[in-house]
Amino acid sequence: MNIIKPKIAVYKFTSCDGCQLAFLNMGIELVALQEMIEIIHFPEFGISNPNISADIAFIEGSISTPQEKKRIQAIRHGSRFLITIGACATAGGIQALRNFSDVNTWVADIYPHPASLSTLKTSTAISHHVKVDFELWGCPVNSAQILNALKSLLMNATPTARRDSVCMECKRQGHICVMVTKNIPCMGPVTQTGCGAICPHAGRDCYGCYGPSENPNSQSLSRRFSNIGLSGEAITRRFRFINNQAPAFLEAGNLNEKKSK
Amino acid sequence: MKKNLNKREINIPILTRVEGEGALNLQIEAGKITRLELAIYEPPRLFEKILEGREPNEVVDAVARICGICPVAYQMSAVHAIESCFDMAPGEWVRNMRRLFYCGEWIESHSIHVYMLAAPDFLGYSSMTDMARDYPDIVRDGMKIHSLGTRLMALLGKRAVHPVGACVGGFYHAPSLEEVHNLLVQFETCLPLAEALIPFTAKLNFPKAEHEFTAVSLHQPSEYPINEGRIQSSSGLDIDISEYMDFFQQHQVAYSTAQHSTLSGKTYLTGPLARINLNYKHIPKNIQRLLKKNQIHFPSTNMFHSIVARAVEIYYAMIESIRLMRLYVTPPESRIKLTAKAGNGYGCTEAPRGILWHYFEFAETGLVKRARIIAPTSQNLSRIEEDLRHSLEEYGLDRSDDDLRYYSEKIIRNYDPCISCATHFLRLKIERVDSQL
Ligand code: SF4
Ligand code: SF4
Ligand code: SF4
Repeated sequence: MNIIKPKIAVYKFTSCDGCQLAFLNMGIELVALQEMIEIIHFPEFGISNPNISADIAFIEGSISTPQEKKRIQAIRHGSRFLITIGACATAGGIQALRNFSDVNTWVADIYPHPASLSTLKTSTAISHHVKVDFELWGCPVNSAQILNALKSLLMNATPTARRDSVCMECKRQGHICVMVTKNIPCMGPVTQTGCGAICPHAGRDCYGCYGPSENPNSQSLSRRFSNIGLSGEAITRRFRFINNQAPAFLEAGNLNEKKSK
Repeated sequence: MKKNLNKREINIPILTRVEGEGALNLQIEAGKITRLELAIYEPPRLFEKILEGREPNEVVDAVARICGICPVAYQMSAVHAIESCFDMAPGEWVRNMRRLFYCGEWIESHSIHVYMLAAPDFLGYSSMTDMARDYPDIVRDGMKIHSLGTRLMALLGKRAVHPVGACVGGFYHAPSLEEVHNLLVQFETCLPLAEALIPFTAKLNFPKAEHEFTAVSLHQPSEYPINEGRIQSSSGLDIDISEYMDFFQQHQVAYSTAQHSTLSGKTYLTGPLARINLNYKHIPKNIQRLLKKNQIHFPSTNMFHSIVARAVEIYYAMIESIRLMRLYVTPPESRIKLTAKAGNGYGCTEAPRGILWHYFEFAETGLVKRARIIAPTSQNLSRIEEDLRHSLEEYGLDRSDDDLRYYSEKIIRNYDPCISCATHFLRLKIERVDSQL
């Protein structure tokens, strides 16, 4: 029997390439996966056909240049299903910290000839520009997240993701709470699960790389941080990190900044 | 419009099998290359500014995000720079574990390059998947080696991409003896696979392209450099890492605004081939014998030997990992206390693609005042362009566009340029010549 394999493409925007590694790190399973899907575009894997339409487009990276703004429109146009992978594509990434500053000053501080640089004032999520069908959070996303999404789509189902907190996962795994025992400001209570609570497992704080959980209570966590002894600036920095533009973290960061002034 | 018969422009839109995306513009006039521009579509992420006002350990988590393929390198250069600023000395256990952690990244990064990108190319396949049909064993073994690299990174960092275990002063946690032992057994079992990679790469069909170049790497008296050392070059340079800026120059090139690097005004190579050329005496004797048997001699001026250099470093990193895991003890403390103070510090380590230099200035508040990061790929850019000029003229500029394009890609790939690494890459405009006949 001849099965028509869905065509998969992986496109890179402003990013570190780390989310694409969720494919490459599958190793030999990536070869096996190609029994079920056809990879038509994935430059990091040696396959480049930027102009062929994909059934499923995976987008890594945020929009930070005028060219990217155009390119994402064309890709959306050519793709049936579009999935963002990672904090950059889903929330603008760590590079969106420029959104709180004047990007021209930043550029001038780094480049001797800043004028020739074409960069936008902001780094924004893909969903600011085109319709996104499904979002995968994390910095980076892992192979299991990608495989789950692909499996659902191959079975004609809408992919789903759990969005309860790292804290719940951490407790399920029975780790010692770093916030309770050591007063370390942990973002676990407001961060969505998916990583396996690896930071508390390593005896350290979660720094929110998977983005906000469902209904995060950022206010209560901010108060807790303040009771531990964190300054307003330090609390602001906790929310303004990898997922600084994710609405819940953005709002919490802004609130704390206002209070600290 | 009349066509200038002598003038030809070639544009390679996407260099596949190079992590990140880039383009090469070539202008040939009257049998000479008149313009050669390596253009990179990498938008600047302005990391040095992102780091300002951050706490020391936030820096360690942040710099990882510069490159998903070599996050450990960024974390290690940062912790060394920060510790030198704070006069911290974490001691033997931390030193060994950092070396072990870094070995994991060399294995991971080099095996992506060798098995997924370079080997399919040398053997004429369009991707690893195609190669797997004819060389299933090689690909399977390669993926085993690659997964050992990622597992080693995860042993100390909990995951391979943006690991979370490293901090200023050491590691947040120490793996258990059992975890280390289980991985050690895997490494011992797979060691012959890594050994076999050396003859495999040595037998690939290399063009005879010998060009003199200046090699730059770290150097240590007693071992192959990874985390520490002085900066040395094949032309006699021998400096402390804090003197880097006195000898190396960064500049934006007129056509691209990308930051390129030179050493006393000349291009230089950093990365596996440079490392092995300058540190061959620290390569274990059994590997040296294996190389001789396969007629590969280092130091080499053939850039195509880079793939052999990567194979050697994979094998060496496996041997070194086994040695360090056998020595493993659970320490009383996995890190020393962080004591921040105002000042500045330098860090330089050997990332898979070459020397990665960091400079940090801290304020009284214990927050970053200024940061400067110089990545390996940006240091190699000028060298790549110079290599392309020589190699293409030697290859013959009268060949077809496709041939030139293919050969250029092959040359560029020797450098394994990780475009995301280069914090100073910019997007460029590409000028296309009207191809009317
Ligand atoms: S989300 Fe994180 S891992 Fe993914 S591309 Fe962005 S910086 Fe890299
Ligand atoms: S360590 Fe963090 S994630 Fe775990 S229970 Fe405590 S607050 Fe929650
Ligand atoms: S615990 Fe938090 S910071 Fe750590 S990996 Fe998970 S989501 Fe990311």
